[in-house]
Amino acid sequence: MFSKRVSPSKGIDDTHAPKPGFSRRSLLAASASAGASALGSLGSARMSFAAPVPADQDGLVRTAITINGVEHALALDPRTTILDLLRETLDLTGTKVGCDHGQCGACTVLLDGKRVNSCFVLAVAADGKSIVTVEGLAHPDGELHPMQAAFIEHDGLQCGYCTPGQILSAIGCVIEGHANSDAEIREYMSGNLCRCGAYKGIVEAVREARDETREIGIGPREASK
Amino acid sequence: MKPFRYRAPLSIGDAVKTVEPIGEGGQGGAFLAGGTTILDLMKLSVVSPPSLTDLQKLGLDEIRWNGDVVHLGARVTMAQAADHPMLKERVPVLSEALWKAASPQLRNVATLAGNVLQRTRCPYFRDNISACNKRNPGSGCSAMDGINRLLAVLGTSDHCIANYAGDFANALLLFDAEVETESRRGERTIAFDRLHVRPDDRPERETVLAQDELITGFRFTLPQWARRSHFVKVRDRESYAFALTSAAVALDMDGETVREARIGIGGAATVPWRAKEAEGFLAGKHLTESVALEAGRMAFAGATGFEHNAFKIPLGQRTVARALLETAAMDSAGTGAGSN
Repeated sequence: MFSKRVSPSKGIDDTHAPKPGFSRRSLLAASASAGASALGSLGSARMSFAAPVPADQDGLVRTAITINGVEHALALDPRTTILDLLRETLDLTGTKVGCDHGQCGACTVLLDGKRVNSCFVLAVAADGKSIVTVEGLAHPDGELHPMQAAFIEHDGLQCGYCTPGQILSAIGCVIEGHANSDAEIREYMSGNLCRCGAYKGIVEAVREARDETREIGIGPREASK
Repeated sequence: MKPFRYRAPLSIGDAVKTVEPIGEGGQGGAFLAGGTTILDLMKLSVVSPPSLTDLQKLGLDEIRWNGDVVHLGARVTMAQAADHPMLKERVPVLSEALWKAASPQLRNVATLAGNVLQRTRCPYFRDNISACNKRNPGSGCSAMDGINRLLAVLGTSDHCIANYAGDFANALLLFDAEVETESRRGERTIAFDRLHVRPDDRPERETVLAQDELITGFRFTLPQWARRSHFVKVRDRESYAFALTSAAVALDMDGETVREARIGIGGAATVPWRAKEAEGFLAGKHLTESVALEAGRMAFAGATGFEHNAFKIPLGQRTVARALLETAAMDSAGTGAGSN
């Protein structure tokens, strides 16, 4: 995989790097006023800022994690889950909080290429590993991952809250080789609950994007590495 | 979640040396494998260990074969074992018990040793408020007269009716497995059927493991006929749910006559459960539907039902019967039942 480590000294310096001047949330707000054309850039928004956490504070654990191809050097309270890190520290709010107890799948990300519930993995235990979230799937030019495109094409959602987790889980399902029939897709997507009941479209989307996902894997961004 | 110290030692020796003994409030340091039980219970404040000792740098993640002897490393993930071609072919009941458990995301991180040691899903244990002899010894049992639909009917005591939630252990139990452990006092081997202990009057004690004792692997010898083995799991929904009742079955058949039967029962007992009387009854019998149902009745002969879970007794009997009949119908290559 793509788990290059950064040196701790370089990493700690990074933690003091200023945040870029936008977040996905502020971009959303801006998009609302700037009109529909701005929405096209959402899928390719790439954020590379690191945690605003002092590294010398007692009890913090130095941790290096690659997220969507970007290396982050962090000093973390051991209680921080990957989900906390993504949303609260790095402003990568595409990964959703559902039950926070490993039961719903809304927080699914790929950890070293395998789907996991990010609410159930400590960020310090991901030291040296690589994470892909929904923000890391589309090509930087905005082209969606085939699984994202298939979810839109087949209405694999209604409210959309579970969708990032569904999409990451679907990519994992295909990579693991468990998308060979509709019955197998249903069994191996059962860790992602959809309150709206869009399961029919989800199965169709996974089936349609299966072959292309087998070919390109996690995404254009990773395939080009 | 309460603060804790995190360590990821590089050797088993260091891991068992660094885990803290039980201190104030009865909480000791804990080992961290996949984390899907302990982080869950830490978020609920049911357990608050002062430290987590992460096992991820210890290896222990291989499945090895030596003839008919299988060795499963403690940190092999549920997904890794469920998809292992040799396990699927030689002992389908193990693979099936694993892929029918939890979700793909959980199986990608949850380990075999962690799965074997997973804690009960009793809601009164997990709510951190109710009287619970397992969580707070001597406080009583809220489940006995409470909403006990999911809880145990076999192996219960006057102090606790919490069910053992796992599936894999009930299948591993069929093959007289051994558990390999290491602690500050060195290595030892424990018979798998002696690892878990029934609640009796000390429901807080769930296994014979010492607090610094780490499971490093499981070892067992597979009979050739383990290919004819199968896991039936009955649940409220078809996937991603705990068992109401389950049956793990392996059969050595001579035509339609049973030479030897092995039966593990899940969802309904306080510990991984083997139905040895029913196994003995089946030896030499022509396996008809009525014989299978009689074996199911024998398996639940000592069961005690409570207000909401008494249905598990007839359901469990029929689950055993169905598992026996479906296993007998498998061809000797180990296919024919248990596929998706």
